[in-house]
Amino acid sequence: MTFADKTAAQMQELIHTEQTTIAEVTKQAFDRIEALDPKVDAFLAMNKEQATQQAEEMDKVPFAERGPLFGLPIGVKDNIVTEGLETTASSRILEGFNPIYNATVVEKLKAAGMITVGKLNMDEFAMGSSNENSYYKKTKNPWNLETVPGGSSGGSAAAVAAGEVPFTLGSDTGGSIRQPASFCGVVGMKPTYGRVSRFGLIAFASSLDQIGPVTRTVKDNALLLEAISGHDERDSTSADIEVPNFAEALTGDIQGLRIGVPKEYFAEGVGEAAKQAVRDALQVLEEKGATWEEISLPHSKYALATYYLLASSEASSNLSRFDGIRYGYRTQKAGSLLEFYMNTRSEGFGDEVKRRIMLGTYALSSGYYDAYYKKAQKVRTLIKQDFDKAFEEYDVIIGPTTPTPAFKIGEIIDDPLTMYANDILTIPVNLAGVPAISVPCGFENGLPLGLQIIGKYFDEETVYRVADVFEQATDFHKKTPQTWEGAAQ
Amino acid sequence: MNFETIIGLEVHVELKTESKMFSPAPAHFGAEPNTNTNVIDLGYPGVLPVVNKRAVDWAMKAALALNCEINRHTKFDRKNYFYPDNPKAYQISQFDEPIGEHGWVEIEVHGKKKRIGITRLHMEEDAGKLTHTGNGHSLVDFNRQGTPLIEIVSEPDIRTADEAYAYLEKIKAIIQYTGVSDVRMEEGSLRCDANISLRPYGQEEFGTKTELKNLNSFNFVRKGIEHEEIRQEQVLLSGGIIQQETRRYDESTGKTVLMRIKEGSDDYRYFPEPDLVDIIIDDAWLERVRAEIPELPDARKARYVSELGLSPYDAMVLTLAKPISDFFEATVAAGADAKLASNWLMGEVSAYLNAEQKELSDTKLEPAGLAGMIKLISDGTISSKIAKKVFKELIEKGGDANNIVKAKGLVQISDEGTLREYVTASLDNNPQSIEDFKNGKDRAIGFLVGQIMKQTKGQANPPLLNKILLEEIAKR
Amino acid sequence: MAKMTKEEVIEVAHLARLAITDEEAVHFADQLEAITNAMELLNELDTENVEPTTHVLEMVNVLREDKSVPGLDRELVLKNVKEHEAGQVKVPTILE
Repeated sequence: MTFADKTAAQMQELIHTEQTTIAEVTKQAFDRIEALDPKVDAFLAMNKEQATQQAEEMDKVPFAERGPLFGLPIGVKDNIVTEGLETTASSRILEGFNPIYNATVVEKLKAAGMITVGKLNMDEFAMGSSNENSYYKKTKNPWNLETVPGGSSGGSAAAVAAGEVPFTLGSDTGGSIRQPASFCGVVGMKPTYGRVSRFGLIAFASSLDQIGPVTRTVKDNALLLEAISGHDERDSTSADIEVPNFAEALTGDIQGLRIGVPKEYFAEGVGEAAKQAVRDALQVLEEKGATWEEISLPHSKYALATYYLLASSEASSNLSRFDGIRYGYRTQKAGSLLEFYMNTRSEGFGDEVKRRIMLGTYALSSGYYDAYYKKAQKVRTLIKQDFDKAFEEYDVIIGPTTPTPAFKIGEIIDDPLTMYANDILTIPVNLAGVPAISVPCGFENGLPLGLQIIGKYFDEETVYRVADVFEQATDFHKKTPQTWEGAAQ
Repeated sequence: MNFETIIGLEVHVELKTESKMFSPAPAHFGAEPNTNTNVIDLGYPGVLPVVNKRAVDWAMKAALALNCEINRHTKFDRKNYFYPDNPKAYQISQFDEPIGEHGWVEIEVHGKKKRIGITRLHMEEDAGKLTHTGNGHSLVDFNRQGTPLIEIVSEPDIRTADEAYAYLEKIKAIIQYTGVSDVRMEEGSLRCDANISLRPYGQEEFGTKTELKNLNSFNFVRKGIEHEEIRQEQVLLSGGIIQQETRRYDESTGKTVLMRIKEGSDDYRYFPEPDLVDIIIDDAWLERVRAEIPELPDARKARYVSELGLSPYDAMVLTLAKPISDFFEATVAAGADAKLASNWLMGEVSAYLNAEQKELSDTKLEPAGLAGMIKLISDGTISSKIAKKVFKELIEKGGDANNIVKAKGLVQISDEGTLREYVTASLDNNPQSIEDFKNGKDRAIGFLVGQIMKQTKGQANPPLLNKILLEEIAKR
Repeated sequence: MAKMTKEEVIEVAHLARLAITDEEAVHFADQLEAITNAMELLNELDTENVEPTTHVLEMVNVLREDKSVPGLDRELVLKNVKEHEAGQVKVPTILE
């Protein structure tokens, strides 16, 4: 029996009827990872010994005391700090870093009884859209091992797509959960900014970063988001707002739902297949009682520039702490303090990270601050207002997640602007801070396409409800990639 | 050519909160290296700051006490620079919306009053502490990292080293009265940098300024400024130009030494701290903090003059340090004459503290003890001379003045008969002194008083003794 | 904006404490120029009367009570430190 195609509810059913145990589920996760990961390369540090031990302990807990995710395996993106488990953000500069504390979400996973099996590969410091920027390895797309899984949460999406683990956490600053979820044919949610604590998330761009769940189904995604959400006194930007029971929001009823479809998300550069898949999806939703209209988010075309200025500026400051003094990589070639800083950081950071640090440093430097950083903050206001206005009339906004399906490894790595364009449809969402999900909605040349459903602030419930109705009406989520079959059963 | 000196001071004050500005680690001075820190202070990956409410309250309190306007919308910004004592490579500070602006204090130098403007008062976090070992590396202790600081920036209104000294004394006194800091320069809870420039009299625009650091006492501030004035004057008079540079005051030579030349203005790349939200100060909050401000030195000084009859100078000196001023008030409340209490505190007490390098709180002296002693002086029980003995006992061992006087038999001899016996005996034994006196040598009286004081262990009532001595000598 | 020069790139790299070779500087200059040119698009917009957004959520006054918890054990503080001495963290000396 394989657990890879089971939902959380199905696995709990098997465990509660004593057809399997948490120990067995955990073991199978490691078996599948050991069989598949040499090809997929999703995982970095593994937590096998502790996870195995933890699983045995958890089997002793009475069923009545277990929640819906109790005893289930999860992988955690490597920019989320895990106590005693190496955390690198896929950067050489954090090689060997052994954290002495947990991120708040990791504490929450523990509280839910989930078992962390290992850390997931990513673009270094979450900067990238292909996982090619990892210092350690290049994660492959399980649907076609010659293509990228997307990024930066490429490991998180690929591990779920390959059936290595049913749950992973990713982080999304400009599309880093949704774009890889789309490329790998899985469900990825970027919650409202402030919904999930950022304490222990290695910051890329503080005003945009959010942690979110990646799963095979919408319901599992809702369960995991509920487990990790909530106000955290250690994060001043975390919202003091009640966490709904997201799974209960999946009523299957979208009668009267009003959908806005931005014409800007169907502009030049967005592939015909992606457009068609969204049109088909809209028809499915119409059949379920929703209505849709074309709308305009007029400042969409400015989002990319705005994003790169703001995110790079914040990153240039956030990444200054990596200096080799208190933790992480330390150069061996330094006489003076200045050389020490420069060599440690130049040897420790990869090219894309350096490029963004440079851009951000430049944008914040005196004489340019108003022209770049402040200007971008003002345009951010306009982009946010586009969404505010649209949400006065519509319940959700729907469009493609990415312009195209996954591209080949190495294809555009040397062309930053083309690489950045991958995120044109996801970036506005981060700038506004609203929640959005990507769910599988089609294929192009055997590679998955994603449908992006964007909601109002803190209205993840509606987003999930719509996503679930679509999922139930289609079978894209039931398709499995080629690597799936390659696993030891 | 004559030059006018333009001085601006930047004063950093550590707030004595229980925890740090942005983390719950303890904010105490003097712990073992790297034991008062946590992952937030150490700038670990993923950690986030949370603002200490009391630190904001106290910064506001200090700002109000320094007559600042409070910005009702205030926020934090990042100041980016690399240094080993700055773990995040940015300091969380305030850039364009400091909590306080447009304040002032009044100083008095050589009897002249002057108002010195305060440009701004902002909140920030302190850095760690670097020790240079001298053998190729330095050591960092992060205990101090994150301690709440306020930075008080003066307008370039100060013209002399004396004014700078008076300004610092005033800032220190006011902050001390508000109770938000220990303001101890020797522990680093008050620090000062000085910006100094010269310009020919009559010229409107400022000359190029240098920044003076390592000023570890008010006296060094004065000396450093004085030296820097002379140095700049010599450079200018010899046709040179002043470079924008940072200089260090060298305590051993009394000179200022070049640390580094500033290239343009340092590019700190300030931007709003995205990890913290804005602070909005409403009327209720502002008024609550305002109500917590106690009577400040200027108000106390005025009261000492008008209600207690002290001279303005005495009132000023007495109110410079809150512990002394509080002690004075308690002494007067315990029944002591205000003028005598003031004289004792500014005289003997102050001399003792200076000689022993102690704070008033380090001694055993209590206001009731001092008041008791002053009462004994006032009613003639003891002489001022005897009082010094009592005082030594009180400040070193504490206790009640009355008991000390009794136990040690220090009561003044004011009985005329007894004194007359001493005088008669003394005159009998010193005929030469009588002779000398009659020949116009007044010193002879002093000699005789000394003799009798010696015999009475100093307990003879001096005015009475003098009177009887003159009477008896006249009879001979 | 003006074309980025190699010297400008080296100055920015210095501010960011990144050592770059002349060759890299030329490469970065080209790439950064392409990126900043793309950013020029924003100048189309009149933002004279637009407030900048730092935080998307309207939250203010998130404050913590002044309560302390004991500091970390020094052993933990030094756990990831590669070079230390007498409980303090070692760094190359600072030459003034």
